[in-house]
Amino acid sequence: MSLSVALSHHFPGFTLEVNFEAPPGLTALFGKSGSGKTSVINAVAGILHPDQGRITADKTTLLDTAQAINLPPHRRRLGYVFQDARLFPHLNVRQNLRYGRWFAARNQGANFDDIVDMLGLSALLSRSPATLSGGEKSRVAIGRALLSNPALLLMDEPFAALDDARKAELLPYIETLRDHTKIPILYVSHALPEVARLATTLVVLDQGRCLRAGPAADLLADPSLAPSLGLRDAGAVLTATVTAQDPDGLTQLHTLGGPIWLPKIAATPGTRLRIRIAAQDVILSRSRPEGLSALNILHGIVSEIRQGPDGALIQIAIGADHLLARITSRSATALNLAPGDPIFAIVKSVAAAQTDIGTRQEGVV
Amino acid sequence: MPDWFTPDEWRAVALSLRVSVWATLLSLPLGIYVAHVLARRDFWGKQILNGLVHLPLILPPVVTGYLLLLAFGRKGFIGQYLDQWFGLVLAFKWTGAVLAAAVMAFPLMVRAIRLAFEAVDPKLEQAAGTLGASPLWVFLTVTLPLIMPGIIAGAVLAFAKAMGEFGATITFVSNIPGQTQTLPSAIYTFLQVPGGDPQAFRLVLVSIAVAMLALILSEFLSRAVARRIAGT
Repeated sequence: MSLSVALSHHFPGFTLEVNFEAPPGLTALFGKSGSGKTSVINAVAGILHPDQGRITADKTTLLDTAQAINLPPHRRRLGYVFQDARLFPHLNVRQNLRYGRWFAARNQGANFDDIVDMLGLSALLSRSPATLSGGEKSRVAIGRALLSNPALLLMDEPFAALDDARKAELLPYIETLRDHTKIPILYVSHALPEVARLATTLVVLDQGRCLRAGPAADLLADPSLAPSLGLRDAGAVLTATVTAQDPDGLTQLHTLGGPIWLPKIAATPGTRLRIRIAAQDVILSRSRPEGLSALNILHGIVSEIRQGPDGALIQIAIGADHLLARITSRSATALNLAPGDPIFAIVKSVAAAQTDIGTRQEGVV
Repeated sequence: MPDWFTPDEWRAVALSLRVSVWATLLSLPLGIYVAHVLARRDFWGKQILNGLVHLPLILPPVVTGYLLLLAFGRKGFIGQYLDQWFGLVLAFKWTGAVLAAAVMAFPLMVRAIRLAFEAVDPKLEQAAGTLGASPLWVFLTVTLPLIMPGIIAGAVLAFAKAMGEFGATITFVSNIPGQTQTLPSAIYTFLQVPGGDPQAFRLVLVSIAVAMLALILSEFLSRAVARRIAGT
């Protein structure tokens, strides 16, 4: 199932005009605050009625202003996880989770016990929402949305109110959802590391307009897009497979550009991982460097060079994957790089932080 | 117990209780509706509706009573049809006392319920909608449970106000012992009679007790609604 969104809406002093397709998997709506992300997701939910637009989920038309079709939110079959959990204060956790069940078709959708297990909610069922921590509230809100048997899951920065440690605890749940349910997820975020970790499709919004939309791995490795994503956070995503757990506490992974080692990752050999390497944590060298403390040296081909006022962005093809490196203009001139040149990328091992590593199952997209 | 009140006094207290219960129960659905409209909707003439609802609070009660007589009297522009079509006569009957009490108590009831509506976060109702609940179900399963203490508080206040209603009642339905002589009318009557003071005083105590209990209960319930919405 896939979602197709085209809409335009005029706010005082701000015009929203977006058009994108969200295939199965997790589609991240990324942009700065005020770029219109929440307005887009609210239009999909039916909370915002755009001036003009057409939104379809597979064969169901949720909105078509040309044909005067506008399904009310309760008939759109979606689960919406709000930024501020929005649990019902007069109901306990169990009743909150079951709320959407009253209205969903009987005997359909996710099993109550499965969702409770997956989100680790069994100890909380008889508690009142007011007694829950922020992370617990988020988990209940996700469970409540899933149990309403949605055809589409909307998440508006569900973890924005949480600290990094809580967030790191919850991101695996989203990965599980992405990989083990067939429900497409529309996920609003302004945190690039989170997007890089979760997204299969990326939609970049800027001042109410859709800057780019496409497969997340392609867009993240695109040097022309990096300035809009934020140079400090820019970085590509690579696929890697765990090959060994070394006795000195490092985990060895295989990539198409050679082996890399990361601080211990709890995963069995053969597990496919998605690793993110920030562009500014990559050093380039024309010849294979010797006598370096850095362990991770990948071999690739320069595929694109983009000079900008803040230095140069070099895209390196590593098999089918891409790596992004950010170096100074002076270094770029000194190295005299050109597309097609073989290159060695030295990745400081700190670059691939554990929280930025996400699992990704085969055949999800 | 029987020695505390004379039969006349009992009749007045019993009639006041009956009038107040009916006035409260009958006006409650409309009170909830009007409170919802005032709290949640924007429309042309909202301030006029708001003014009309609160008018009985400001007008001299005798004016309200006289207006009720004009409208609902046997020859009144509404009253004549009620008589013709339903055989319902309000003027100088206890049913008229119910109407007078309901009109006078309405502003207090609406005010309490409106505040409860305004304290409910519309985002919760939005969330219920995305979970598949139609607007009616959202109202029944989210809004109503959250404002229930506010509704009860409004009803209690309205009941207490109805128990004490005097001016509009005596103007509209007069002061007929056993029929339209409510508690305040009875106190007024006793005070007009030489030597009636002790009887009046006992009823005064009843009035004070009812009013005090209602205020305490209403205050307690208002806090409950605040707690419920904060979710503690």
